[in-house]
Amino acid sequence: MPNGHADTAHHPALQHHFDNLEQQQDAATFGMWVFLVTEVLFFGGMFMAYTLYRYWYPDGWVAASHHLNVLLGAFNTAVLIGSSLTMALAVRAGQLGERRGQVLFLVLTILLGAVFLGVKVVEYADKFEHHLVPGPNFLFDDARYARPAQIFFSVYFAMTGMHALHMIIGLGLLTWLLLNAIKGRFTREWNTPVEVVGLYWHFVDIIWIFLFPLLYLVGHH
Amino acid sequence: MDTATAAPRVDYLENGHTWQSWLLTRDHKRIALLYLFGVTFFFAVGGLFALMVRLELLTPLGDLFEAETYNKLFTMHGVAMVFFFLIPAVPAVLGNFLVPIMIGAKDLAFPRVNLLSWYVYMVGGLFTMGAVILGGVDTGWTFYTPYSTAASNTHVIMTGLGVFISGFSSILTGFNFIVTIHKMRAPGMTWFRLPLFIWAHYATALIMILGTPVVAIAIVLVALERTLHIGIFDPTLGGDPVLYQHLFWFYSHPAVYVMVLPAMGVISELIAAGARKEIFGYKFVAFSSLGIALIGFFVWGHHMYVSSQSIFAGLIFSVLTYLVAVPSAVKVFNWTATLYKGSISYDAPMIYAFGFLGLFLIGGLTGLFLGAMGLDVHVHDTYFVVAHFHYVMVGGTIMAYLGGLHYWWPKISGRLYPEGWARFAALVIFVGFNLTFFPQFLLGYMGMPRRYHMYPEEWQVLNVLSTAGASILGTGYLLPMIYFTWSWRKGPKATANPWGATGLEWTIPSPPPTENFIETPIVTAPAYDYAHQEEHVA
Amino acid sequence: MFNIPLFPEQASGFAGRVDNLYFFITAVTAFFAVLVVVLVFVFATKYRRRHADQVGVPVHGALALEITWTLIPLVLAMVMFVWGASVYFALAKPPSDTMEIYTVGKRWMWKFQHVTGQREINELHVPVNKPVKLIIGSEDVIHSVYVPAFRVKMDAVPGRTTTLWFTATKPGRYHLFCTEYCGMKHSGMVGWVTVMEPQAFQTWLAGGPASGNMLEAGQKLFTDLACVTCHRDDSGGRGPSLKGLFGTTVRLQTGASVKADENYLRESIMSPQAKIVEGYQPLMPTFQGLVSEEQLMQLLAYIKSIGPTGTAAPTATTAAPAGQPAAQPAAAGAPATP
Repeated sequence: MPNGHADTAHHPALQHHFDNLEQQQDAATFGMWVFLVTEVLFFGGMFMAYTLYRYWYPDGWVAASHHLNVLLGAFNTAVLIGSSLTMALAVRAGQLGERRGQVLFLVLTILLGAVFLGVKVVEYADKFEHHLVPGPNFLFDDARYARPAQIFFSVYFAMTGMHALHMIIGLGLLTWLLLNAIKGRFTREWNTPVEVVGLYWHFVDIIWIFLFPLLYLVGHH
Repeated sequence: MDTATAAPRVDYLENGHTWQSWLLTRDHKRIALLYLFGVTFFFAVGGLFALMVRLELLTPLGDLFEAETYNKLFTMHGVAMVFFFLIPAVPAVLGNFLVPIMIGAKDLAFPRVNLLSWYVYMVGGLFTMGAVILGGVDTGWTFYTPYSTAASNTHVIMTGLGVFISGFSSILTGFNFIVTIHKMRAPGMTWFRLPLFIWAHYATALIMILGTPVVAIAIVLVALERTLHIGIFDPTLGGDPVLYQHLFWFYSHPAVYVMVLPAMGVISELIAAGARKEIFGYKFVAFSSLGIALIGFFVWGHHMYVSSQSIFAGLIFSVLTYLVAVPSAVKVFNWTATLYKGSISYDAPMIYAFGFLGLFLIGGLTGLFLGAMGLDVHVHDTYFVVAHFHYVMVGGTIMAYLGGLHYWWPKISGRLYPEGWARFAALVIFVGFNLTFFPQFLLGYMGMPRRYHMYPEEWQVLNVLSTAGASILGTGYLLPMIYFTWSWRKGPKATANPWGATGLEWTIPSPPPTENFIETPIVTAPAYDYAHQEEHVA
Repeated sequence: MFNIPLFPEQASGFAGRVDNLYFFITAVTAFFAVLVVVLVFVFATKYRRRHADQVGVPVHGALALEITWTLIPLVLAMVMFVWGASVYFALAKPPSDTMEIYTVGKRWMWKFQHVTGQREINELHVPVNKPVKLIIGSEDVIHSVYVPAFRVKMDAVPGRTTTLWFTATKPGRYHLFCTEYCGMKHSGMVGWVTVMEPQAFQTWLAGGPASGNMLEAGQKLFTDLACVTCHRDDSGGRGPSLKGLFGTTVRLQTGASVKADENYLRESIMSPQAKIVEGYQPLMPTFQGLVSEEQLMQLLAYIKSIGPTGTAAPTATTAAPAGQPAAQPAAAGAPATP
């Protein structure tokens, strides 16, 4: 009989409106996929603005993109891909019941994520110094492309800023996971929160994998 | 299914009386009531603004309010009604209450997310009310650029923030419904045994999660443009004001289906119960909900035929607009056919359902005028459009919402409302509504533009009729507010199934216990199985 | 008694077509509305519940019926689509020899500039039975030109040029409204279109203060803003010659081709870097902020007049042959040369 109550002790993580742990896990994973679909639409609006303005001002786009540091962008891409790897390993460790391994990989993921954000801070500071932040202080060295460049940088800050915000939220979630992992809350039976945050983290990584070439590699052959 | 025969369970209303037990509840039924409080408040606010708009329009001159004030009144009427009443009302009140029960579950998949969605809605509402109190906003609920980004000196960003935040409430609700309907149906509750209310809410949830993020971005970009003048929508900086319209309508057209699909789901339930028959063409009605949700994403450009959009784009949007009309027609025919050889009741929920059929019919059919490109050129941005959307939104959604509130009131409150007053109110609303909005079709074709507080004298008679209707309509809406409140304490107690209807919600006590079902039900019958009802009823 | 009007006067060539489509859709919708309402009434009465536990009689769905009531609305909807599209095509495609009037919307007034020089504010005089094209711009936010009696409407979008055309068929005075919300005095941004018999129109054109021929004003701007320095008539300038340009196809540096219409000219003046003509360098500075919307219209009118067909020919002056200065001013009561 599908009633988790009447039996002997059920899993401490089981919420009472679910009949069993499997249903709960299923719902949580499916829920994260649905949430990620909304995120695709959210970023999609910005990708659309990017596409439109790039189509209209191709030369301005190239000129503006050259002001981004490709090396830092590439480094960050590698860092983020690395963090996706460590995240996947953290999930796997949980599935195998290896608490120590999971804690290690979660720490690495958080570190790599923090490095990414650190690099972004450096880049943003550089843009600020060079008057490339849209607004009253915006100043572009090639006057021909001043207006499209301002639009480029608006899109740049909007998209990387939104991405960075998602990363910060992700780091928060990872920290919460880490604390729980240290306490041994995740077992072979119940590893779902790690898997679900893992999905989120991979998504944030994939967004960056689109952002990097679109923003940093315009006009580079 | 068995109703309470064992030890009496505490019903959800009695299960805790402190304010924490309400404000920190995880019970979907209590959250539905929290939403009921919120949406009713915004309905009153929006209604008050509407009344003021109609009062100004009694005379051809702008003599009641200053122009700026009038512009704020119609804007805030739209913002309050669209974002804080029409979009949440049916899904967040009736949907939240009924979706778990109708599928045989104890709650939604993520009860804490459900509570969060209410708080997000209320915070968004606070920002918007804050903007109202601080002086209002005057851009129209559509916030067109560059007026909203460069010219208006009202509280655009604060209102935008309120709308942005409350959009997340919509996304969270939709997300919760999708996961719940997929993963928490009781054993035996296959997709094609689901009540059509569930199909409608599923289709709605799809729109909520796919469309809302785009308007969120549109609002963020407006805010950035307004503060930083970055140039996305500003032509003097190389931007494109029409891009905003695309981003806005990409959501706001599907949003109207968010407003109407749940209402259609309610109507299916009301007609099945009111005729004591299965809905004719169940699968067609179910699939038409999905069809409307899908096609509805591709018609947004029909709001932009005269915005300098290309003819080619206009053609595509027009043909798709006509395609999306077909599933709605199919539903209306199926509902009508359900009445054939039914056992038709004249209770208030059914009166509301009849009202819906007539008014949604007119509203939907007048959409056909607007979809025709050459004709839309003449009536775009006139009162014809205003009349059309009020027929579908008010004549459609609000009639269905009220009908649903009446139908499920015994379940929600455990009390019966006064039937005589309810029927009377339904008639007053129906008459008041038609008197308010039918003249507006005529005004629109004559050429009266929207958002005007002064107009040529020859149009005064129609405007006066419309205002007279509005006062009747307003009175009609007050009546249920009064007698529902009265019945909460003083109404006769309701049994588990006062209507003799099918559906899992009628197999549990009125009001239900907190966990809905003592034992998870096992479903073996199709929906609306009136033919074999005796075999299923206790 | 109440004199409730049902539709505005039919004062343009379009009005009849638009109204006919309206009547057709009204007839179809009325038919289905009545059908459904009658059926609902009949069923609700005939099958009303007679005793408390009576249930309905199950009637199983008929696929044929579902298909029928899906296909019939679909077919009718397609008819409406095609009809609506055909009317729209007519509205969107002006004939080639229209009389052009430059229109600028600005909060909260409409400025109409006849090529011959007459400037009107919130009033527009046009001759009857002659196709008229409004070339529309906005100085600030989005407005919309709407003349209900003509059944025409078009948004005035800042940063773009839009057009609207009609042939007025009945002399009289007709409402003109701004019908895209534009702020405080949106409902005051109204005016009148006066349609006149040809003689009366000529008299009106000839009399009253003229602010100077638009083409002359445009040519003067072309010199004053130093456009002529780079855009010389020979091919030796730093910019391409604009003689004989309007309406032709231009090849761009990227290899793409574009039609040199009003929006191309506008963009070339405001965002010159966006499209560079093949064989030229991106040298042109932007004139955003240096020319008002009205001045832009004058430049457009001038450049059009030196185009291959001199399409900006107003009725009271002769068309300027390419390369020669624009025609004589309208003041002298010159006979109309349509």
